[in-house]
Amino acid sequence: MQAELLDIRNHIAQYPPFNDMPEELLERIVAGIEVVYCRAGTQILELGQSNHWLHYVRSGAVEIYRRSGELYNRVGEGQIFGQFGLLMNKKVRFPVKAIEDSLIYKIPDEVFQYLWEQDENFADFVETEDRSRLRSAISRREKSNELMTAKVTRLISREPVSAPTTVRLQEAARIMTESGVSSLLLMDESGDTPKLTGIITDRDLRTRAVTHALASETPICEIMTEGLITISARSFIFEAMLTMLHNNVHHLPVVEGDEVRGVVALSDIVKYESQSSLFLVSNIYQQKHVKGLKKVSLDVRDSFVRMVNEDANSHMVGSAMAGIGRSFSQKLLELGEEHLGPPPVPYCYMALGSMARDEQLVVTDQDNAMILDDSFIPEQHDEYFLALAKFVSDGLAECGYTYCTGDIMATNPKWRQPLKVWKQYFTQWIDSPNGETLLNSNIFFDLDGIHGQTELAEQLKTLIADKASSSQRFLTLLARNALNRTPPLGFFRTFVLEEDGKQQKTFNLKRRGTAPLSDLIRVHALACGARSQNSFERLRDIAKTKLLMEDDASNLRDALEFISIVRIRHQALAIEEGREPDNNVRPEDLSPFERSHLKDAFQVVSNAQKFLRFRYNAGGGRNV
Amino acid sequence: MSRTIKRRNSTQSWPENYRAHAEQAVDARVRGFYRAGCPSPDTPIREVQLLALDFETTGLDAEQHSIVSIGLVPFTLAGIQLGNAWHQVVRPKLPLHQTSITIHGITHTDIDQAPDLEEVLDPLFQHLSGRIPVVHYRNIERPFLNVALQWRLKEELRFPVIDTMAIEAHLHPDRNPSRWQKLMGKQPTSIRLPDSRTRYGLPHYAGHNALIDAIATAELLQAQILHHFSPDTPIGDLWV
Repeated sequence: MQAELLDIRNHIAQYPPFNDMPEELLERIVAGIEVVYCRAGTQILELGQSNHWLHYVRSGAVEIYRRSGELYNRVGEGQIFGQFGLLMNKKVRFPVKAIEDSLIYKIPDEVFQYLWEQDENFADFVETEDRSRLRSAISRREKSNELMTAKVTRLISREPVSAPTTVRLQEAARIMTESGVSSLLLMDESGDTPKLTGIITDRDLRTRAVTHALASETPICEIMTEGLITISARSFIFEAMLTMLHNNVHHLPVVEGDEVRGVVALSDIVKYESQSSLFLVSNIYQQKHVKGLKKVSLDVRDSFVRMVNEDANSHMVGSAMAGIGRSFSQKLLELGEEHLGPPPVPYCYMALGSMARDEQLVVTDQDNAMILDDSFIPEQHDEYFLALAKFVSDGLAECGYTYCTGDIMATNPKWRQPLKVWKQYFTQWIDSPNGETLLNSNIFFDLDGIHGQTELAEQLKTLIADKASSSQRFLTLLARNALNRTPPLGFFRTFVLEEDGKQQKTFNLKRRGTAPLSDLIRVHALACGARSQNSFERLRDIAKTKLLMEDDASNLRDALEFISIVRIRHQALAIEEGREPDNNVRPEDLSPFERSHLKDAFQVVSNAQKFLRFRYNAGGGRNV
Repeated sequence: MSRTIKRRNSTQSWPENYRAHAEQAVDARVRGFYRAGCPSPDTPIREVQLLALDFETTGLDAEQHSIVSIGLVPFTLAGIQLGNAWHQVVRPKLPLHQTSITIHGITHTDIDQAPDLEEVLDPLFQHLSGRIPVVHYRNIERPFLNVALQWRLKEELRFPVIDTMAIEAHLHPDRNPSRWQKLMGKQPTSIRLPDSRTRYGLPHYAGHNALIDAIATAELLQAQILHHFSPDTPIGDLWV
């Protein structure tokens, strides 16, 4: 390569999949390039036309369309197009049109094939069609990739600042001010090695110390947060984000073994992505009225679409949406308690179903319940809890979480009961189940305490984990329920083929895909006594017990991820086009790639259902 | 607006001139260049083999100053072939003026080790033959090359060029504001290469050397044709 062409080499070398490429390959690319200018509106590639070039956008922007004419992707500076045809039959599979005056670098097929053979990263990049397909119509942002690919340690900019738990309030505040940190780690130094036991943040100082006018000599251990939530130094940034979302904490100590490496603050992540769902969550907590919450709720869908556009995986999207829903509930409970006064007896507010599983999307109703302390006396206390449940439920409805049609809400007296009654419910469901009641109570086996005495919910989780695994009849009936919904047998360009040979125009990605999967994963999780709620985490727990072969577990994970992401993407597209998002998909809306991978994913579901039937002796037919 | 770039020698027939010069030329390379021929003026631009050409020189006067580097890249409307790009530093006759060094980014060492233009005439002619040169500002490349060849080969080299700057000048006849307009704050429209490129949304190149400028010129011509002319525009309407 001529040294004078460095400008061109350097531009390419900034962008994946070229950014880690050996010099020799980059030079080969530059030497092969033909530059061409295209005016806005020019059809660069026509469907079916033969194409022998990989295209690289040097400046400007182009739109890529599906065969159907629907917009599939928009790519700009530093991105490539035309690779799918090169991998197949050198025919254009996705027509491309310039939407701005664009300068395109065309890289010849010989060079493309050479790169494909020589560079594994490159081959992965161009073959992984969903990377761009499942990406939205808006240009990809590097940032989101970084959330998913960069380790949380990257956010640590300094050594951790800590103090012994024995320091006084004023001293702690002084250390924080002098070091310029918003949180201080507190170490128990009574043993041989200091042990991380607590944290105090700027916010704690305001809300716990200043507002209560605590004496400056107050021992810090009296107001510090204990039972710390930490994150491993090996985690990715998005995992830190999920942990913050799930636990509503703004500071996460990063640990490696026994050692604290530093602290990651919410603001560090928000810096990465100022429009993130974390930002939305912190906004929720700043609201003072239901009206304000309702206003914030209008941003939820934007946040969802943005995550999808930024290539978030389904676990991230599901957790973020659940975190947002949880935050709305928590804030409403805080407001309700402010309004009604403190609760007369301790209680725990539970999220059920998809919110508890961290698998919430934008089309969702509310499923919740209350566990009351056993000292609850209905005549004296229920008026308060009914009022609180109603306040929260109405508030949630205002914020777009519609009332549960099955009336699984804390406003229903049946689901607003003391712990002992809840224990009876679960004992009865597990010890003497019948198919009918189980069908209706399925949803309670995904539960998560989100406010108040969350250990009440933990007690229920323990009860379920202990009892369920040893009750064959319960597992059999639960498995039978999980077989009620089956994936379509197959589908073609314009119709869905059912097992009975009937053809349908559409199919429901939730009912026929993600729901049967999470149902069957739940059965296995309960059978092996796992306490996890999220389907991906349940799969990890199940894989540890050898109940499923390693391979089967990862197949299920892939299938769940793929069906979920198609469903998520389908909803994001609807929102972007101003339609109401739903779960119904027509096969012709899917690309050939999505169709063929969905078929594979459904095959996995179908096989897993067969295994479930066999493993739990759940009978032959679905109507047993 | 006229669809033809004003040209001084509108009456001359380049293909005929080439044939005549081919008879007279003594140097084999010059003869080869003319023999490769010149397309007829009514050839659509999309069918013409073009060569973007840029010289860095020690000054603006071909009689006094010298060529320091040559950058060129063959192209057509359909593509600029970077693999066939060529860049060559040559040793100027006169000492390199201090200001030029910073302009060109070429060091004394580069110059000292560089060959004389005469030594690189073979590859230069190979690139030139059968192609119409495209330059930005025609008063550099053609006169400098002509003087250099007269001096070394005692031969003249006459050929048409497409001048992207002349095209911009043609597109912006009122680019210099009147006194009244100046008073009102109107800025002149720049037809320098980087400013012209900006008007077509072409990217900025950080580096400055003869090759990048040649590529920049080629890209500019593609943009100009697509915005203001057509791929079917006869080459005779564009060259000067």
